[in-house]
Amino acid sequence: MAEEKKSKDVVLHAGIAVKARYGPEDLAGFDPARDLGRPGEYPFTRGIHPEMYRARVWTMRQYVGFGTPAETNQRFKYLMARGQDALNVAFDLPTQLGLDSDDPRAEGEVGRVGMAVDSLADMEEAFAGIPADRVSVSLTINSMASILQAMYLVVAEKQGVAWDRVVTTPQNDILKEFVARGTWVYPVEASLRLVIDLAEFCARRAPKVNPISICGYHIREAGCTTAQEMAYGLAIVAAYTERLLARGLDIDEFAPRLSFNFTCWGKIFEEVGKFRAGRRMYARLMKERFGAKNPRSMMFRSLIGGGGSAFTAQEPENNIVRGAYLALTAALSGAQTMALPTYDEAYTIPSPKAQLIALRTMQICAEETGVADTVDPLGGAYYVEWLTNEMERAIQVELDHIERLGGIVEAVKTGAVQAEVARQAYLFERKLLSGEIAKVTVNRHVAPDADTTGPQLELYSFDRSVVEAQLAKLGQLRAQRDGAAVTRALARLREEACGTRNLMEPILEAVRAYATLGEIAGAMKDVFGEHKEPVGL
Amino acid sequence: MKPLRVLVAKPGLDGHDRGAKVVAQALRDAGMEVIYTGLKRSPEAIVQAALQEDVDVVGLSILSGAHEPLSRKIVEGLRAAGGESIRVAVGGTIPQQDVPNLRAAGVWEVFPMGTPLPAIIKAFERLQRED
Repeated sequence: MAEEKKSKDVVLHAGIAVKARYGPEDLAGFDPARDLGRPGEYPFTRGIHPEMYRARVWTMRQYVGFGTPAETNQRFKYLMARGQDALNVAFDLPTQLGLDSDDPRAEGEVGRVGMAVDSLADMEEAFAGIPADRVSVSLTINSMASILQAMYLVVAEKQGVAWDRVVTTPQNDILKEFVARGTWVYPVEASLRLVIDLAEFCARRAPKVNPISICGYHIREAGCTTAQEMAYGLAIVAAYTERLLARGLDIDEFAPRLSFNFTCWGKIFEEVGKFRAGRRMYARLMKERFGAKNPRSMMFRSLIGGGGSAFTAQEPENNIVRGAYLALTAALSGAQTMALPTYDEAYTIPSPKAQLIALRTMQICAEETGVADTVDPLGGAYYVEWLTNEMERAIQVELDHIERLGGIVEAVKTGAVQAEVARQAYLFERKLLSGEIAKVTVNRHVAPDADTTGPQLELYSFDRSVVEAQLAKLGQLRAQRDGAAVTRALARLREEACGTRNLMEPILEAVRAYATLGEIAGAMKDVFGEHKEPVGL
Repeated sequence: MKPLRVLVAKPGLDGHDRGAKVVAQALRDAGMEVIYTGLKRSPEAIVQAALQEDVDVVGLSILSGAHEPLSRKIVEGLRAAGGESIRVAVGGTIPQQDVPNLRAAGVWEVFPMGTPLPAIIKAFERLQRED
């Protein structure tokens, strides 16, 4: 007993207390055949492929985009020349919210946090020389996903690439935008209609598009716990699945193309347990509740990225080390795609050097460390299997709570989830302040002579000529296009938005006519109105 | 001592509200009266809310890089509407090099990234004592 007293209490973010040691006695009732299966087999606890990284290492996909489409096109090509094999596009806030660059509300925001897109012409420029059938592209876009994906399909068409060869992942997860990231525009139900319209259209017409990337990531970044991150993600995918089934699609027609985007910035084994439990729970959800027959419909395919929350503004170079642990955690968690934050992220749009270090970190992890040598190398460890079971229980508790709130859609409408996430964020901050959660240079080993002037970093200097260039291009477009065709297309879109038919065809027509993003989004706003945020603290 | 009244506001298009909500809860726990606007409020709407709620301070949270034009509009809007006694604080992704510009524009306090929560609370508490 004296020995027990010496050890400190350890409680994980999910609220699970951790003992100093684990053994076979902690795995009573553990049935590897039922609880794990073989790698690549139901319930996919150990990973979704039989050989995982031995057959193919994870995709490396850094989040890039700033300024004009031409500038972003250059950065894409820089990273691709250095071994990045897929793109993840960042759009500026006006684009994410359906505002043109010349909208008064866009002042100061054009090209700041991503690239500005006003029309098809900008997407043509951004992807010039990037073949749509050979590069897989993630579009980090949600309320505007249907419009941006339509633009990309037309870009592919103009490159001579048939839609059934286009591989994109529009994020298209509006529920998490209401909870966390904030780029909602339309009310909840109209927003959901657009998500499902795009997913349904892709299932029927562009079957290699991954039409929804369900994100726990942003909700966790906003403050929720590990168990809540997985629970909310599972609740959200179930909500979309129900709506897609209601459109008359078979589960196996669309579920193989659903994918996920989660973070892994916490404690290594808690994260690994979260993903192992999540894969198992998702497989059961799709098979048992939704009747999937195709094993691919049951696979939790995920981008696992670090989160900026792992990093500190203090002594930012240390974030390079944290990034390496994130990569290791993502690999041990069974990521299909990996993305890392850059060490300078608290301060600036990443410098090319910081982007390159993040890419090299993933490459070193994949090719030098041996973590990719064998599938789920932690499988069978007493602690990891015990923790996987405990995480499953904790995730289920959160799922049950959402059910009691009337389901995730209802809980989003009332703001109940948003309030819980904010509460958890504050709780976390207080634990950081008390030192209960350790952060080196923040609450541990703080340098006595800490530099208060800020670190020496290469700051992205925003070039105001970007805005001028974007505005000039937009003005030219408005003057040169066939105005009657634009008016016709927008009138059709407005009319169909009043009905219940899939809106992708009218959106495609408007895109082809070079209607601007703001005009297309505005036509739908005329019909749908705007979301009123439930503000509760 | 009358509690300080604070409007925590998210101007512009930025949807990241973790910081704003954490600061709002911390100020409330420190005994202040806090009102939170919600996301994507226009400068005009924030000025209106500040006057209507009769607050002492408006705390802006901006992570998108648009802090200079947005802060300026709100400071000027308050002055134009007779709210010149209302102080404006700005926090978020603010490079050190922009701090003097914000101060010159009439911003009371700037809390760039990495500012510890207690430092923010202390600044507000100091104000409460002065008032």
